[in-house]
Amino acid sequence: MDALEIARWQFGITTVYHFMMVPLTIGLGLVVAVIQTAWYRTGRPEYLRMTKFWGKLFLINFIMGVATGIVQEFQFGMAWSEYSRFVGDVFGAPLALEALLAFFVESTFLGLWIFGWKQLKPAIHLACLWVAVIGSALSAYFIIVANSWMQHPVGVEMINGRPVMTDAWAVFTNNTALVAVPHTLFGALAVAGGFLLGIAWYHLWRRRHDGVDTVGADGKVIPGEDVRIPGRDRADHSVWIRSLRIGAVVAMISFAGTAVTGDLQGKLMFQQQPMKMAAAEAACHDGTGFSVLSIGNVGSRNCDDVVAVIEVPGILSFLAKGDFTTEVKGVNSLLPEYKANYGTNLPDNPIYGERAGQEIEYVPVMEVTYWGFRMMIGFGGLAALAALVALWLTRKGTVPESRGLMRLAVFGILAPFGANAAGWIFTEMGRQPFVVAPNPDPSGIDQVFMFTAAAVSPGVSAGELIASLVALTAVYAVLLVVEVKLLVKYIRGGVVSAMPELGHAPVDENEDATPGPGGPGDTKPADDVLAFAY
Amino acid sequence: MELLPTIWFIAIAVLWTGYLFLEGFDLGVGMLMKLFARNNTERRVLLNTIGPVWDGNEVWLLTAGGATFAAFPLWYASLFSALYLPLLVVLLALIFRAVAFEYRGKVDTDSWRNRWDWAIALGSFFAAFGVGAALALTTTGLPLNANGDREGGPMAWFSGYALLGGIAVVGFALLHALAFLALKTDGEVRHRAREWFVRLLPVLLLPIAAWALAIQFMDGKLWTWAAVILAVAAAVTAWLLARNGSEGRSFLALGAFLVLGTASIFGAVFPVVLPSTLDSAFDLTISNASSSDYTLGLMSIVAAVGLPLVIAYQAWTYWVFRRRVSAAHIPEAHSFLPAVAAKAFTTKG
Repeated sequence: MDALEIARWQFGITTVYHFMMVPLTIGLGLVVAVIQTAWYRTGRPEYLRMTKFWGKLFLINFIMGVATGIVQEFQFGMAWSEYSRFVGDVFGAPLALEALLAFFVESTFLGLWIFGWKQLKPAIHLACLWVAVIGSALSAYFIIVANSWMQHPVGVEMINGRPVMTDAWAVFTNNTALVAVPHTLFGALAVAGGFLLGIAWYHLWRRRHDGVDTVGADGKVIPGEDVRIPGRDRADHSVWIRSLRIGAVVAMISFAGTAVTGDLQGKLMFQQQPMKMAAAEAACHDGTGFSVLSIGNVGSRNCDDVVAVIEVPGILSFLAKGDFTTEVKGVNSLLPEYKANYGTNLPDNPIYGERAGQEIEYVPVMEVTYWGFRMMIGFGGLAALAALVALWLTRKGTVPESRGLMRLAVFGILAPFGANAAGWIFTEMGRQPFVVAPNPDPSGIDQVFMFTAAAVSPGVSAGELIASLVALTAVYAVLLVVEVKLLVKYIRGGVVSAMPELGHAPVDENEDATPGPGGPGDTKPADDVLAFAY
Repeated sequence: MELLPTIWFIAIAVLWTGYLFLEGFDLGVGMLMKLFARNNTERRVLLNTIGPVWDGNEVWLLTAGGATFAAFPLWYASLFSALYLPLLVVLLALIFRAVAFEYRGKVDTDSWRNRWDWAIALGSFFAAFGVGAALALTTTGLPLNANGDREGGPMAWFSGYALLGGIAVVGFALLHALAFLALKTDGEVRHRAREWFVRLLPVLLLPIAAWALAIQFMDGKLWTWAAVILAVAAAVTAWLLARNGSEGRSFLALGAFLVLGTASIFGAVFPVVLPSTLDSAFDLTISNASSSDYTLGLMSIVAAVGLPLVIAYQAWTYWVFRRRVSAAHIPEAHSFLPAVAAKAFTTKG
């Protein structure tokens, strides 16, 4: 592997990893904010318990997103200095604005939320969480504006060989970003939905398994309590069944959201990066059919090796153009266009290092694009279907006794994560061999594109890149194990793990569990320094 | 002289100063977890003084980095790629440190806490050292060729200045943390922090003063020399105030030292942002490394609104958590039996 390939692996690994934590942060943050709002308005103890429990898991995960996010910003300069020099005038701004306008907000107000349970009036405490959640969504917007410029460069003019921003409005309202942002946010919500559903299912199952909850003759649940176990009371049942239903509804809504926005995004991509979409289909020839299963020689980028085994006519045209008859261009007809427009070989420029003069491979790795596209849709759809089934199965207030179903629900948590990762891997690898894709749109700007081969830092050695790849991957692997262990510990602990006060002697819950001395209605801050979270 | 690049040079100096001011004390508190705190309760006192704010403080680093990328892409690209390995260390240090803050109290055993305490202390040390080394090198220069790429291999950045800058920020962070703890805690920790502050100030500020002076001898201007002299006066004031027990004013005086010190350093090197030690023709300056006026203008408008807002709500955070933390406040560590395990326990036992 040369420096370029190592740098690409590093970017891929660190980004996919970072984006396991981020969607859960965005999605779960919103869910917790909604639940805390419900508690604020109704004062019902189960909503407070849900806020505390899901909030705790949210924080365990949030910190990993923060820690791995810094790597992302530094990495452009460290490993991709030529890229940074080329795009800096237009790409740096959204990153800087993300830090200044979004991440500052998110970090500061989350700190207030975590430590301010007693210092802030309940309304302000709740508002802090909302502000942090809005900050995280804004953060997603700025990052996707930056990414969308790589997918579809707009708002610039080429001056001295570099794109220079001339129209900030065009950059910040790039149509690629406007559909990618809601798509990503719905994808994040899908992760939260599955997370709530799986974990709540586990606890409902546990309560039945332990004989706490029973089922009456009509099949309806009879919530019980076990006084020997802290927090295993009747309200606990209500915590989990509500969480499960919220999770399932969120999962279904977000799948519908990703489907609608994904369709819009697909139609744009057929115009903006036709090769990516042809490769997503492994479609060699022009046609209208959507492939359900295609097979080919693994690793081959030769289109003629790919055979579509099952194909549904008309669907591809629908995905691309909204009708069933327009022919969509395949790889074979796109390839000559790309070669004519962007050359057959990399220029003889030292920026390409040893790759100068090499033939350009315009077809992305089709196994990745083809299966990435299908895994994204497949995992997403499966999670939504599972949510629907879960709602039906739990209509009488609890889950079936089956251990297998419980395991399925728990492992189902992974499906939306898989869909998110697959979607990003698809869209980033489908853009290759470009790091900044050329814009074939007639409104686009000529010659604003960059081959990935030109983007890597010329002064950084393969040895340095290997060192960082190994170090980051190893540290990330260890931390993933730690994070999952902690999550499992707190999940198994149930609500009491996030609300140790429930474990004390039985007391009037309304008094014990509320943050101010007298609950949400009380406006007098408690006489305490801060909520000791550490 | 170009107006917008100059404004952004100042803005980036401000962001770095903000970073060193705010994260300065929380990096220092991190190191003091192993150097200063005597038991778990004291360590929790230390942690909870920075708990609500450290993450917001760290965003100053991201903003400084992002603003450098946006305003001076060539500076960002050359500096970050030339310092590949030291910045990798900074990243790993910041990762461990951040995770450690959150995870330290999540399992109730001494070995677990001890492991994360080391992660906090060492993470804080390496982050401070690495940032200091990088800042020193951007003022003293790196072996850059005409394209702005580092010549001479992975360790070509290493020099006495890198060490000096690293030690300078570590020393400042430790001192700043002692001032912060004297201001933010009560009881034994408060008094000991003030004692340490008074005793250690001259030693801990020596390296950062040496760096500022070295820069003045290389590129000093009249006003930057004046800033150095004022900085020294601020340090002396901080020392006197601390000795007399005015913790708040002492903390502010040390802050003034930092502001004047960084101003003297950034002011002296201006308009060069990153000198090349190979050939001064390859120096990156505010004119040849900057973005277009359009981009800088846009960023200026956003920053003019955004930065005061950030300062306002961060100040509010410090106001909300203004009360001193003491060992007496620290609640018992929560140890709970998981509901699942508890069931097994009660039925079998």
